[in-house]
Amino acid sequence: MKLIPTIGIEMHCEMKSFTKVFSPARNTYSKHANNHVSEIDIALPGILPSLNKECIRKSILMASILHCKLPQYIYFDRKNYYYPDLPKGYQITQSHEPIGVNGYIDVPYNDGVLRVDIHDIHLEEDTAKIEHLDTESLINYNRAGVPLLELVTDPVFHSKEEVIAFLEYIRSIYQYTDISEADIRKGQIRCDVNISVGEEGGPFGTRVEIKGVDSFSNIQKVIDIEVKRQMDLINDGKSSSIEQETRRFDEANNRTIRMRGKVDAIDYKYFVEPNIPKIKLDEELVKEITSNIVELPLSRMTRYKDLGINDDVVKVLVRDRKISDYYDEVLKCSVDPIVLSNYVATNIMGYLSKKNIGIQEFKIEPKDLGLLLNKLQKKEISSKQAKEIFEATLNGDTTILKELDNTATQNSNTEELDGIVSNIIKNSPKQVEDYKNGRTNLFNYFVGQVMKETKGSANPEIVKDIISKYLN
Amino acid sequence: MESVIRILKNANKEQLLKKTLEKVHDNQELCNSFVTIMDNAKLNPESDSVLSNIPYVLKDNYSTKGILTTGSSNTLKDYIPPFSSTVYEKLSLAGAIMVAKSVMDEFGMGGTGLTGHTGIVRNPWDTSLIAGGSSAGSAASVAAGVVPFAIGSDTGDSVRKPAAHCGIVGYKPTYGMISRWGLLPFASSLDHVGVFARTVSDVAIVVDVLKGKDEKDMTTWDSSNINLEAHLNDSVNGKKLFYFKELCDISFYENPSDDLKKVIEEFNNTINVIKRIGIDVVEESFPKELLDAIPSVYTCISCAEATSNMSNLTGIIFGPRETGNINEMIINHRTLNFSSLIKRRFIIGSYVLQRENQEKYFVNALRVRNRIVRLMKEKFNNYDGLILPCSASHAPKIHGTTDVIRQDLATLENHMAIGNFGGFPSITIPNGMIDGLPIGVNITGNIYDDENVLAIASHIADSMPYEGQIAGDNK
Repeated sequence: MKLIPTIGIEMHCEMKSFTKVFSPARNTYSKHANNHVSEIDIALPGILPSLNKECIRKSILMASILHCKLPQYIYFDRKNYYYPDLPKGYQITQSHEPIGVNGYIDVPYNDGVLRVDIHDIHLEEDTAKIEHLDTESLINYNRAGVPLLELVTDPVFHSKEEVIAFLEYIRSIYQYTDISEADIRKGQIRCDVNISVGEEGGPFGTRVEIKGVDSFSNIQKVIDIEVKRQMDLINDGKSSSIEQETRRFDEANNRTIRMRGKVDAIDYKYFVEPNIPKIKLDEELVKEITSNIVELPLSRMTRYKDLGINDDVVKVLVRDRKISDYYDEVLKCSVDPIVLSNYVATNIMGYLSKKNIGIQEFKIEPKDLGLLLNKLQKKEISSKQAKEIFEATLNGDTTILKELDNTATQNSNTEELDGIVSNIIKNSPKQVEDYKNGRTNLFNYFVGQVMKETKGSANPEIVKDIISKYLN
Repeated sequence: MESVIRILKNANKEQLLKKTLEKVHDNQELCNSFVTIMDNAKLNPESDSVLSNIPYVLKDNYSTKGILTTGSSNTLKDYIPPFSSTVYEKLSLAGAIMVAKSVMDEFGMGGTGLTGHTGIVRNPWDTSLIAGGSSAGSAASVAAGVVPFAIGSDTGDSVRKPAAHCGIVGYKPTYGMISRWGLLPFASSLDHVGVFARTVSDVAIVVDVLKGKDEKDMTTWDSSNINLEAHLNDSVNGKKLFYFKELCDISFYENPSDDLKKVIEEFNNTINVIKRIGIDVVEESFPKELLDAIPSVYTCISCAEATSNMSNLTGIIFGPRETGNINEMIINHRTLNFSSLIKRRFIIGSYVLQRENQEKYFVNALRVRNRIVRLMKEKFNNYDGLILPCSASHAPKIHGTTDVIRQDLATLENHMAIGNFGGFPSITIPNGMIDGLPIGVNITGNIYDDENVLAIASHIADSMPYEGQIAGDNK
């Protein structure tokens, strides 16, 4: 028999929004503790939730991207439990009617596509953050009430590679759509991993949940460790000792540890949140929200591949929406897509990483790069010149670029250029002689003189032809 | 009857405030109505507002920035909120002067006024009697003529029942007409802001000031086209009320007490008065099993919501912090500081929400609630309102009173919860005396029909000699 793992993921991602999901406190990263806290976030007596419309819009957007069925009415539930990071003693979440159910998403995987079935996606509030010190614990309520999207997949994955491909793709969608920064370093993504091992083609094995894994690399570790633990037990004939339970990742010792079993599962006593009236989902609103969905990375990848761009470069282009947007902007200037892709993937990305900046701080406008590459393509400037202009512009000297723009109408009049060249040759007897004596690099001197005379407007290829004619 | 507030508009406000504070202290001695007395209350610059420098009493479950707000509970005995309820803000903005915060049953969970952490509240008509609850101190202070109006809150009948026991007017408007922001919650889907006064005009005036959409309470709605006071004198000729035969026919009760007989007799007298002013009153039937279910439906829903609403009371962020590890801190805080009555309700609430019980108790209670509300709305297609006695007797004795009610009287004592189930506008007015003690009658109409309900109540009150009465005035 062949044993295979089956994995389902619950991905929690903090949403980007101006204020928190049920309070007017700012939803923003802060290095100080407890400075973005309203009376709602610390559950003072008498507070009521005020639902943030921006969060609803973004939830609808994500549910639509995931091809989910949207509910007729939006409402919320209370999940009741006591913990010091939960000031109200209940979390407002969506248990009865998630914002989206029964969806799917196609994820780029290897060279093809992996279809992942989505059980549901729902909107809820985050808890406060507790820091445990030696003798005391500190609570930071800045995170209390931050909007969270919880995305639950069906048990559809069979390897960690599939899981990571899915998570990375969802993260890029969150970033593309501006629903979330999805920044793992800021702790904005946390996952619960459900793992079972069973015979291929047979029923699922017993499901074990590993809670609160906070990075993609740890998710891979958790999958390796837990799959091995379960397989070892099965292979030892101890499959009955795999219990439906909740475990956590013990990073220091590279193992998972039991938290609680099925019998002591918490009864959250869910019931409908009475302070938020049911909101009828307006079809017009859904239309308006979904009509503006930005082109997603998978679609862009397909489009780029169709342009003949190689796979590795495609990946670089779509990793960050802003890079891809920049690429698409320059492409509008009818430049060669492959030349452009290489230029973006090597020259620009190299520069950005060297300077450790983002494309939004990059000083060359898409239309200017388009101009530059057009000149290069038509051989109106050499690649060396292009590089010089590129660097000069980035160093703050935009004059050359502007001149380049001014000389958009290029002088290709052979007769006129012939006259100019013959004059220069006539007035430079010494250089002509040196050239004929073997200093062939003086050729560029003549080209330069012509360019100077024509203020850069001369077609360099024609000029070169004419100079060759005179000198040889 | 002419509004007391309107009459006071031209009074010497300085004297009024001074005299009111004296009465507050007298009433505190007599009835123990207050948790906090605002001895340093100051006059506001006189304005055009109808409530300018009118003194009032606020129930101690409304958050008042910088002023003690206890909910009459030991869990909040030193709690000073950093923000104000919308009700308090609106009254302050209108220039009204809060002279005291009143005792209530702990967090509004009770109907006696005997469970507040500062002691029992007495009825100013007879201090051996309860004032009723949970808004006990607010009712007692208005009945004693201390203030022209007081704010209460009403989850089952916590304004309308004590109003009846104290011989005054108690009104809770349609759910969502007044913001609950800053009101310490009992059961959010049933909680209403309510107002006590001695005349219907006065409750209309105060609710006109308090009502309005509030972005801090998503259940509020725009009522800017409603003006209660302006419609009080609208003709009520041809209006139709109904009552439940099952509750008002003495033959439905086995061994009725003398008190109950008198209540029914007074009720019938009131019906005759109402008919004489051109309002039709019709006997109707309502499914007995639904009426009988009211107390248990109310218990299931209110306790379930309460146990969740009060989960923030752990002593971690506010309230007395107890010792031990984190679980012990929470457990000790709740064990030491809640009264046994509250703990009993938390256990009921938790029980009916448990996974294995939820369908049987909580969800079924929601279904019955919906059935009752649907049926009531059908009745309101044909009627302007439901009229019923508020209680089976006048205010009961303090000694021997519990929240346990005789089974055969349970529905008569609890029917006003229908007004909370449906969010219906509902008003109690005094309609008689039994052995020199006041009783009341309740009128409940359809949601958003507050103007109509108040006009009817106003006309009825005008036709009887009880509106405006002050406890002790006849002695």
